[in-house]
Amino acid sequence: MDFELMFASFPKLLNASIITLKLLSVSLIIGLFIGFLFAILRLNKNIFINKFAYGYSYVFRGTPLLVQIFIIYFGLGQIEYLRSTFLWVILKEPYWCAIIAFSLNTGAYTSEILRSAFQTIKPSLIEAGKSLGISNKIIFYKIQIPIAIRQSLPAYGNEIILMMKGTSLASTVTLMDLTGVAKYIISTTFKPIEVFIVAGGIYLFMTFLIHNLIKFLEKKYSFN
Amino acid sequence: MELLSFGDTGWGDELFIATLMTIAVSITAMLIGFTFALIFTPLKLSNNKFLNLIANSYTTVIRGVPELLVIYLFFFGGSGAIMYVASIFGYNEYIEINAFITGAFAIGIISGAYSTEVFRGAVQSIDKGQFEAAKVLGLSKFAKFYKIILPQVLRLAIPNLSNVWQITLKDTSLISVTGLVEIMRQSYIAAGSTRDPLFFYSFAALLYLLLTFLSMKLINKLEIKYSRGY
Repeated sequence: MDFELMFASFPKLLNASIITLKLLSVSLIIGLFIGFLFAILRLNKNIFINKFAYGYSYVFRGTPLLVQIFIIYFGLGQIEYLRSTFLWVILKEPYWCAIIAFSLNTGAYTSEILRSAFQTIKPSLIEAGKSLGISNKIIFYKIQIPIAIRQSLPAYGNEIILMMKGTSLASTVTLMDLTGVAKYIISTTFKPIEVFIVAGGIYLFMTFLIHNLIKFLEKKYSFN
Repeated sequence: MELLSFGDTGWGDELFIATLMTIAVSITAMLIGFTFALIFTPLKLSNNKFLNLIANSYTTVIRGVPELLVIYLFFFGGSGAIMYVASIFGYNEYIEINAFITGAFAIGIISGAYSTEVFRGAVQSIDKGQFEAAKVLGLSKFAKFYKIILPQVLRLAIPNLSNVWQITLKDTSLISVTGLVEIMRQSYIAAGSTRDPLFFYSFAALLYLLLTFLSMKLINKLEIKYSRGY
């Protein structure tokens, strides 16, 4: 056990975890918007809109995140037309490619979580709102959305943790996130176990924080 | 389309073999995962605090750390660990483990952590009467677990195990970083030599979709088979 290396690599890894957190928070925020949009599309009665939203979540949940990143980072750059538009400013940066891939991926999972939350709302609650003469729009914003958010908290907490682990794939497109730096240190020192303990410890600590934050929110917004 | 033709000119046959490799790694990893789950589920459910701690730290650590990091640990540390063990027995030559075993083991350990949680949930949802009946019949602890509990657990666990299978199947794409030629690695090679990454990575995505779709069909059949009589 090389404790000196562990102490030396800790600040480097801690520094790299800032990128991990940045990737995570930005893609979660964008993913939440996408998730909401597609959850609402899924509940639409129009069969084409419905199928389109289902297709989106099916494709993104059925393929590995690694393929999605590679298609966006290596694949899209191949289209000549894209290179001439303003989109190229974004797509040539590995950072933004990773964010796009993560957002679309977590958006697909989030849409499923929210859809099932919307569907499990008791019809009697909506009927109660209607009988009180509240308009459909206000029922949606003031009754359905708050309940759906509360319902989906536990599942969404899992999704945040899965996404945090997913950000490690950013290291495959040259980003130096926590896993990227860990791999670099391992391949230069050949001390995989020591580095794994430190990097894994940081990841576990983040998991622990997210887990407790969700638990706190669950308690705060519980119905009882 | 000619990019996908079989033979020397296209990548069809290579990608076909790579797909078989992905399936082989996934199944091997899943089986390794089951083995781990069979060891750790009883530990998790036992009354001994120390055994609980071992099983809980296994599932917590593996499920809280990125898959890629675990794979790097095995990729860089695997042969070192084996050589260390071998040197105790007096064997000092260089040992290289092949990428298939490293990859299947790394993914298998991850898959095992998820399977353990699934089995734990399934065991806990079995009616208490079943445990008591087994006790009354004087069955040994071993017989109780493997003859009474396990068959019932399998039925309850299949829907959740199908999720674990999907996760495992998708995780195998990460082994491509170790150089094992599965779908992802083969697409990477093909994309590099034809300069057509968009086509090959999209095709890889299609192959994964096909695999998840087909395995879902198969698992649904299993589910119907094991829930006969309920």
